[in-house]
Amino acid sequence: MNNKNNWSLYEVFVRSKQGLSHRHVGSLRAPDEEVALQNARDVYTRRNEGISIWVVKSELITSSQPDEKAEFFEPALDKVYRHPTFYNIPSGIEHM
Amino acid sequence: MTNQVLAEFLLHVGDSQLILSHRLAEWCGHAPELELDIALANIGLDLLGQARTALSLAGEVEGLGRDEDKLAYFRTEREYRNLLLCEQPNGDFAQTLVRQWLMDHYHALLFSALTESQHAELAAFAVKSLKEVKYHQRFSTTWMERLSLGTAEAHEKTQQGLNQLWRFTEELFVLTADEKQLVDSGVIPDIENLKTQWLEKITAELARFKLSLPELGAYRSGAKQGLHTEHLGFVLAELQYMQRSYPNMNW
Repeated sequence: MNNKNNWSLYEVFVRSKQGLSHRHVGSLRAPDEEVALQNARDVYTRRNEGISIWVVKSELITSSQPDEKAEFFEPALDKVYRHPTFYNIPSGIEHM
Repeated sequence: MTNQVLAEFLLHVGDSQLILSHRLAEWCGHAPELELDIALANIGLDLLGQARTALSLAGEVEGLGRDEDKLAYFRTEREYRNLLLCEQPNGDFAQTLVRQWLMDHYHALLFSALTESQHAELAAFAVKSLKEVKYHQRFSTTWMERLSLGTAEAHEKTQQGLNQLWRFTEELFVLTADEKQLVDSGVIPDIENLKTQWLEKITAELARFKLSLPELGAYRSGAKQGLHTEHLGFVLAELQYMQRSYPNMNW
């Protein structure tokens, strides 16, 4: 414990009372999973923000790279026919 | 008579929570990690909330028109009924965690038993507190485990903390002669009976943590008579300073 470099970085996801899915709320350091979960509880839900917490080691997340933005995302920009804008959404449908 | 005994018992419970809460608050800004700083403050604030309920109830039962603030800020050291264990200095992080772990197991047993109290408000207080205490127990056990089974230095400090505090644990389970009538009427549990369960749990966990149970030599008690160690006066000086200097001020 005296060597803080041993503490891994964890990403924290919290599902709020009204929320449908877990949302990323931040990150923290912890020596292991159980402590990460408790730290997340104390740091991110102490004002009644959540009913469920996930923690995951940051190094386990595979992410897209900023310099891949062009090939990853831009092709979707100019294809209006890919978006369901030509439909009327029935009034009973929630969470669209 | 019974009301007075019950009021004293509630002060004993509430004062212990209040003083322990104050000790934990002393870690604010000083804990080894930001997350631990917040965690200790969280536990302290839970205990403060519990203390408010217990002291308010004590004031009601006593019937002398003293509310939670009057009781917290205008009683002297000799009128405080907290467990001596709660007023012991924080020491290092390991010692604070040992104190917390000992208290959490005690609180868990006490409040579990109190949920069956014939006194409706006391039972409701116990139900609410128990939820919080179960988390405290989880936190302190997690850290006891990591400290005692971690590095040799952490193990040593945890053992030292335990050795230092063990002599104050005997009085957790003292039932006064007056309190026996509360036990007979089902208002409070027979606290002496909780000791066996507590000791079993503590002994089992210490074995798991590879820590040794200290021998009980001379021990200190006096909570229920208001006989404290030299540390409480300093805690109260800080806790009560504002109200003593400017009585009844608010902000």
